[in-house]
Amino acid sequence: MKRHVCVLLFVLICLVPSNLPVFAQAPAAQPKVDTGDTAWMLTSSALVLFMTIPGLFLFYGGLVRSKNVLGVLMQNFTMVGLVTAQWIVIGYSLAFANGSSLIGGLQWMGLHGVGAVPNADYAATIPHQTFMFYQLMFAIITPALMTGAFAERMKFSSFLVFSLLWSTLLYDPLAHWVWGAGGFLHNMGALDFAGGTVVHISAGISALVAVLILGKRVGHGKVPMAPHNLPFAVIGAAMLWVGWFGFNGGSALGANSLASSAFMATHTAASLAALGWMVAEWIKSGKPTMLGAASGAVAGLVAITPASGFVTPLAAMVIGFAAGVVCYSACFLKSIFGYDDALDVVGVHGVGGILGAILTGVFASKAINSAGNDGLLYGNPGLVVTQLIAVGATIIFVAAGTAVILVGLKALMGLRVREEDELLGLDLSQHSESAYELTSDYDEGGSALTGHAAATTKPATTQA
Amino acid sequence: MKLIKTIIRPNKLEEVKDALSKMSVSGMTVTEVRGHGRQKGHRAVYRGTEYAVTLLPKIMIELVIDEHLVDDAIKTIIETARTGEIGDGRVFVLPVETGYNIRTGERDV
Repeated sequence: MKRHVCVLLFVLICLVPSNLPVFAQAPAAQPKVDTGDTAWMLTSSALVLFMTIPGLFLFYGGLVRSKNVLGVLMQNFTMVGLVTAQWIVIGYSLAFANGSSLIGGLQWMGLHGVGAVPNADYAATIPHQTFMFYQLMFAIITPALMTGAFAERMKFSSFLVFSLLWSTLLYDPLAHWVWGAGGFLHNMGALDFAGGTVVHISAGISALVAVLILGKRVGHGKVPMAPHNLPFAVIGAAMLWVGWFGFNGGSALGANSLASSAFMATHTAASLAALGWMVAEWIKSGKPTMLGAASGAVAGLVAITPASGFVTPLAAMVIGFAAGVVCYSACFLKSIFGYDDALDVVGVHGVGGILGAILTGVFASKAINSAGNDGLLYGNPGLVVTQLIAVGATIIFVAAGTAVILVGLKALMGLRVREEDELLGLDLSQHSESAYELTSDYDEGGSALTGHAAATTKPATTQA
Repeated sequence: MKLIKTIIRPNKLEEVKDALSKMSVSGMTVTEVRGHGRQKGHRAVYRGTEYAVTLLPKIMIELVIDEHLVDDAIKTIIETARTGEIGDGRVFVLPVETGYNIRTGERDV
């Protein structure tokens, strides 16, 4: 079985035409590369990668129990490798090459022809390769966002296969719908500046389907599953905030006033959402929490993502504050409906993404971005309807797609680790390592008072 | 010889240890423990999910001393470890049957 997969992969790679990106040829009438735009887009690409590693993995890693922190880090870290390979071989082509209104073509497989010459359909002033690279970072973070939902229980091998299939069968078509030349949501006039539907709604809804199919963690609701390192989580959230300037600011695809406007909207929404969540929690449970403020900031960043290139700072304040309050409330949905969304991917990314998409339809203004549209507040209620259609289409597509992939994988290879492995923790059971060894040994230098039974929990040295 | 087992607040460890050392107690064993008596614990909230923390961190000190020191030791511990609030801890006194010094192999209790 495993060997067949390897052979198949090898064949696929051989089939890809061995054309390297063409850099040297320079026909006369080509669009001109702008060095400032290119510098900003390369910077933004790095910022968006920084959101996943280490931003997201610290945010998530700090929120799980200490026995599972490496499992979370490993899933996010591996996502970079996996999706990069997928993107080069076929992903970018499926998402952005000319094709139908539902999926891109195969002509850019292996990045054939994706080189120094700008592609005017997407970004006329930066190398096509830079645009492709920037989009790769989005393709990486989207499935990585889901790891928070099914954290602490998924089998690593199944996780890899799931992520690869999800990226190829769901993310790439969805990106084509919204951003691809000829994509149907794009043609319909739905506004999604930086990926509210493609990234956040898709990850949030898929996360919900995934936790419903995987089931709850062993002992959920009975044993405490408190976060093991909140400073980790807060540092991660802060890194996400910084990285998001690349995510939203970079979606202007140039170093220009639109990028600046997106920066402002992004920062404003994150700030107000941190306050919104804090206030809501203070009123509801009596105390403001650090995790609450950090989660609020992330919720605000999610909600402003589709709107960031179309709204004023005042609108960003409203969107942000609303996201803080609404996403805080949405985190109670899991106890009402009884699903185990370990790190609130549904409440923050799913609900925050949907809220942001709808509010984009309310607050968008042509005065901010002439390429956009006016929303409800500017006399165009039709935009809200368009946004709702985009949200609905996304939800139906990813929910059905994720369910099919996961039910299939469950039958073929199983989705969860064995119960005893889950109790031991993913770190030792899946990866044979442990995050924390507070005393190296029981020698006299060790502090018995801060002791950790490291030496007694050595796993048997078996070859898995 | 008697074994004194006392459970105190972690932040009282240094005071109690110093006070016991002053009254010629030669050795002690200190352990980090968790437990509860009448103290109710506290709650922690993570994104609205509440956890009741009912087992609180405490320090347990064990010392083996001559019978004539027992009353003084108990008095010293109670005076130094007391705050007057619920959760100050307990002192237990147990008889010790035998004891050996591992280095010399001698029976000393």
